[in-house]
Amino acid sequence: MRVAIITFPGSNCDYDCYKAINDVLGAEAYYRWHRETDLGDCDAVILPGGFSYGDYLRAGAIARFSPIMDAVIAFAKRGGPLLGICNGFQVLCESGLLPGALVKNRSMHFQGETVRVRVDNNQTMFTHLYDRNEILDLHIAHGVGNYVADEESLARLEGDGRIVLRYVDERGVPSDAGNANGSMHNIAGIINEEGNVLGMMPHPERSVESLLGSADGLPIFQSLAAHLSGAGVA
Amino acid sequence: MNAYQVEVRITPRVGLLDPEGNAVQHALTSLEFSGVEDVRVGKLIRLRVQADSEEAARSAADAMCRRLLANPVTEDYEIALGGVR
Repeated sequence: MRVAIITFPGSNCDYDCYKAINDVLGAEAYYRWHRETDLGDCDAVILPGGFSYGDYLRAGAIARFSPIMDAVIAFAKRGGPLLGICNGFQVLCESGLLPGALVKNRSMHFQGETVRVRVDNNQTMFTHLYDRNEILDLHIAHGVGNYVADEESLARLEGDGRIVLRYVDERGVPSDAGNANGSMHNIAGIINEEGNVLGMMPHPERSVESLLGSADGLPIFQSLAAHLSGAGVA
Repeated sequence: MNAYQVEVRITPRVGLLDPEGNAVQHALTSLEFSGVEDVRVGKLIRLRVQADSEEAARSAADAMCRRLLANPVTEDYEIALGGVR
């Protein structure tokens, strides 16, 4: 698996993704600067976390018009796997590849903490190595992660099983108490209709070794690698 | 061509929870400003736009809002023209 990691000015989780893929997974990742216009020879693309363009205007709003984004969008439209993490999720919503938007956390604070997340859909190319309803400990680090969408979009996401990850409480229930940031329907991650574009606020790349406190994020990358080698479910 | 002063006023969409507005409202209430029923915090963008007419300046600003300045999922916007400068 060869993965292009897009670096915007202000990206700060690009190296974490690079390390997770190269050193832990043993696949191959490389960086692509936002001013470039082609992705190189890749099987998948990651939009990493960070604060592209200082979150000016709205998180992800300016990055979405970076020169590289035309190639990223074309890659996704051809069915190429595209994973947006944190700021990358914000960019995916701003670019219209995923419905809805992310607004300020209901706490009004930047939150850097480990949260519980439930895998509601394990039939995707990014999650097929998890069990359905598996509970994960993943790290969040965002001030703008509160997912909102209109009723119609939410109903479609629910109906199509496209809510892949939800924030849950200690019992594994997506309750209000377990809702990390106020997201509608406790949404932590959603996938597009075609099943090749996943956006998620938690950082799987920060949880790839038990030394880091959790290895619960690693199967995201393993699922993708297995899918690309023909061993996937989706 | 004239230079038009354009103001774009962006606010959280009606009906959408505005945590920032709520926090400001609570602060005002705790400072004993009574009678504040609702607070919405948005942003103001001032532009100077070269255009042939006021209508053209407004139309250009509207296109900018739809493309970049506002997110239709979460934000409403108003355009106000301040005349020729």
